[in-house]
Amino acid sequence: MSIQVKDLPFDAEEISKFAEKRNEPKWFSDIRLKGLAHAEELPLPAPEKTRIADWNFTHFNYQIRSSAGSQLSELPQPVQKVMPRDAGNVLIHVNGVPVYSHVAEHLKEQGVIYTDLATAIREYGELVANYYFKTTPIDRHRLTALNAAVVNGGTFLYVPKNVTISEPFQTVYYQDAPSSGLVAHTLVVAEENSSVTFVESYLSDQAVGEGAANIVDEVVAKANAQVRFGAVDEFTEQMVTYVSRQAEIARDGRIQWALGQMNDGNTLSENATNLEGDGAAADIKAVSVGSGSQKQNFDNYVRHVGKATQSQLLVRAAQMDASNSIFNARTKIERGASGADGEQTQRVLMLSDQARGDANPILLIDEYDVIAGHAASVGRVDPDQLYYLMSRGIKQAVAEKLIVEGFLAPIVDLLPIDTVRDQLTTLIERKVG
Amino acid sequence: MTIPELKINDLHVSVEGKSIVKGFDLDMKGGEIHALMGPNGTGKSTVASALMGHPKYEVTSGEALLDGENLLDMAVDERARAGMFLAMQYPSEVSGVTNADFLRTAINGRRGEGNEIPLMKFIKTLDKKMQMLDMDQSFAERYVNEGFSGGEKKRNEILQLMMLEPKFAILDEIDSGLDIDALKWVAKGVNAMRSETFGCLIITHYQRLLNYIRPDKVHIMMNGRIVKTGGPELALQLEKEGYDGMKAELGIKDDETVEA
Ligand SMILES: Nc1ncnc2c1ncn2[C@@H]1O[C@H](COP(=O)(O)OP(=O)(O)OP(=O)(O)O)[C@@H](O)[C@H]1O
Ligand SMILES: [Mg+2]
Repeated sequence: MSIQVKDLPFDAEEISKFAEKRNEPKWFSDIRLKGLAHAEELPLPAPEKTRIADWNFTHFNYQIRSSAGSQLSELPQPVQKVMPRDAGNVLIHVNGVPVYSHVAEHLKEQGVIYTDLATAIREYGELVANYYFKTTPIDRHRLTALNAAVVNGGTFLYVPKNVTISEPFQTVYYQDAPSSGLVAHTLVVAEENSSVTFVESYLSDQAVGEGAANIVDEVVAKANAQVRFGAVDEFTEQMVTYVSRQAEIARDGRIQWALGQMNDGNTLSENATNLEGDGAAADIKAVSVGSGSQKQNFDNYVRHVGKATQSQLLVRAAQMDASNSIFNARTKIERGASGADGEQTQRVLMLSDQARGDANPILLIDEYDVIAGHAASVGRVDPDQLYYLMSRGIKQAVAEKLIVEGFLAPIVDLLPIDTVRDQLTTLIERKVG
Repeated sequence: MTIPELKINDLHVSVEGKSIVKGFDLDMKGGEIHALMGPNGTGKSTVASALMGHPKYEVTSGEALLDGENLLDMAVDERARAGMFLAMQYPSEVSGVTNADFLRTAINGRRGEGNEIPLMKFIKTLDKKMQMLDMDQSFAERYVNEGFSGGEKKRNEILQLMMLEPKFAILDEIDSGLDIDALKWVAKGVNAMRSETFGCLIITHYQRLLNYIRPDKVHIMMNGRIVKTGGPELALQLEKEGYDGMKAELGIKDDETVEA
């Protein structure tokens, strides 16, 4: 059976006009056209065990205007909620359009760049061009190509050599335009010996209805650089999401992913870390809660190339209602990556008889002198734990909720911004409740 | 306030189809402390679990009434809210849930919606009870029993007892694994609970605990039922003679012979 792919609703002429209207440089609109050409030809990705052929990744309105004002007090309520309590480094996008930003002066003086993608390609074009679609190829599949073709939002964070920053950088995307699509591309670049924390929140309002999100995040950590990357995805149930988060880590560099994958709609997620340099390390932690009848596919991939590279992957998920999720964890150790150490654990809690969850551990090892381990389990709430909590007078539903929230807590606790942590906690409570 | 009453009549309990408790009787009132002793595997914990409602333990006949209400008809959480408490021999660990959150949820579960305990009052009470048990404040924010030592788990059970203030508590080997100081703290906690409105059944192997918490009655259980009841002196006698002496005195043969 051949997979029927819907035709794209836009053409080269339309995209050129879109680029022109946005005053984009030629190199950038060329990438758009290249993306379009690929998107017309390439197939959708083929995630294992999840049928995505009839998901609407392509039909949405990408030319949207922001409805929000640019005063803090005019921002939509859900956005204000996740804003830092004191003035932080923030960038707010509404319907893909940047409406508010703030970066501390002393960081700008040190050469830190934190701005929306459209501004970045105009003002720091060369720098952006060095990193745009470098960890992730445009032609990986139809969805990456689509991202290149119609990107309408995104963030650029650049941290110069030897600059270490403890305050986090936060980006919030909020969608409320009917039938809209958010096509966002984010670059986080940490130069040698630098250290940075970045957190993104994606939110949408029911007003979007049937919409789409196509997100490509690229992270580059140069030698001895450290990146902490947090995310909370919270799109409404009629939005279809493709999200790719990919990092390239050089010698002795380090990345920590803390991902709260809480969409209510169908989601295809690709997370990948390339441990290119010797001594590079990755710590990947992801939580999700499946609810309603949503279908999700999560692929978490770590590739060990350098010697003595280390990775730890922890996925925890709860499946409610009639949700269906597939979790793939892939650890690949290339020949030559001697001394590599890759561990992965995936645990899925099933909270309903109609729910489905599948955890697939995959180790691909081409080198002898390595350590690799995996654990995967799909199970139900421990009856002894449930009994213990209930024996203190806690109702079964509440006890289950406590257990599930506790089970997901190790990842929540990692998010470096308290308002985002609260966002995730509230979300878990809502989805599990 | 009325004095609570727990009546257990001719209780029979099976585990996985095997009959373990065979005709257990007990009457207890608020203000009383009873001790339950008996050899390993005789069914003491099984009685406790069946009364609390553990799903694995099947009550095949008999009744258990708390203030006239049939406990056995209630779900586990309902029994707790009716006033039962069991300090377990092997308390579960619940990762990711702090002791404080757990306790507050439990207390509010009893008080009901709209009548939640004010946060400050809760914190103050918790502080006070932890001090009484010589527990470090950090235990409030630690995950329920996770990484607790054996003795710390036991102390945490007593903390829950003190916070929840049930009508009846069963303490299942609360003294096992406790060092002598911890034993005193735990005894202090239980003694602080003593009142007309609280009754307690202490399951133990050692008479030592009973030096600190003086029982009104001591019951000896063998082969799934209580075979002898007496005062505190019974525990002392048992300590001297052992179960073999007791069996000889009562003319009890081993389980197999009785069954055959
Ligand atoms: N969940 C269970 N599954 C199988 N057998 C059980 C279970 N619980 C209890 N039993 C069996 O029932 C019998 C009584 O056990 P119980 O734990 O009640 O004894 P106990 O008197 O508390 O002993 P101890 O003093 O060693 O704690 C034992 O033979 C035990 O193996
Ligand atoms: Mg026992």
